Amino acid sequence: MTIYIPTPLRAFAGGHAAIELNATTISGALDILTQEHPELRKHLFTGEGKIRAFVNLYLNDEDVRYLPAKEATAVAATDTLSIIPSIAGGASHPTT
Amino acid sequence: MSVLRLSTAVYEAIRAHGEETYPHECCGALLGQADAEGWQVKIAVRAGNTRTDSAHNRYQIAPAELVKIEREARSQGLDIAGFYHSHPDHPAQWSATDLAEAHWLGCCYVITAVAQGKATVTNSFLLAGVTEEDKRFEAQSVVVEEQSIGSSGD
Repeated sequence: MTIYIPTPLRAFAGGHAAIELNATTISGALDILTQEHPELRKHLFTGEGKIRAFVNLYLNDEDVRYLPAKEATAVAATDTLSIIPSIAGGASHPTT
Repeated sequence: MSVLRLSTAVYEAIRAHGEETYPHECCGALLGQADAEGWQVKIAVRAGNTRTDSAHNRYQIAPAELVKIEREARSQGLDIAGFYHSHPDHPAQWSATDLAEAHWLGCCYVITAVAQGKATVTNSFLLAGVTEEDKRFEAQSVVVEEQSIGSSGD
């Protein structure tokens, strides 16, 4: 499968925008990815080993959070996994 | 100070988006290429603001939309260089909310102040640092250049 690395994490993934690897599940793919690029681990996972709240994972066009098996979902060689840090903010008026 | 370069067309498209969505915040992605000084933005892609509960002072881009935007960037040989949003009736300065919810280290966050429906100041801030714990915004120099590049989006 192919894992797409977002711009901010490429520095921790050998500069790669996309990484091809062989895995049977999403969590297996993330294990291989972080074994090959250990610096990625702290950016993707909390100290307890959970995916950080602001890190979104998309298997093809599906949010992994809403897949029945979540990170245990089986993957095929043609699948893509996108890592998408969240985008939010705002003026945050103190009076509202 | 790092530099954000963008064409007049992209610059004006970002500002026009903020005026169109006033009094709500607009948001979108900036596609471009890194250079020695910072980022060169080629395209601004409009995105929907999913924070309809508080759109006057919050923005959020659906990750599913980002997946599509990233796909578009790849197809054009570009990267996501950063994001833009507007501050209706509020200065073009990053807020505590902007910093807390910024996670694209090394990318630029462009903010346009829109006063009474009219775009005024546009600033850009680089999300510097290497971890969530040491991230910070650093002001960037915004250089608007005449080029034959444009914008796209919904």
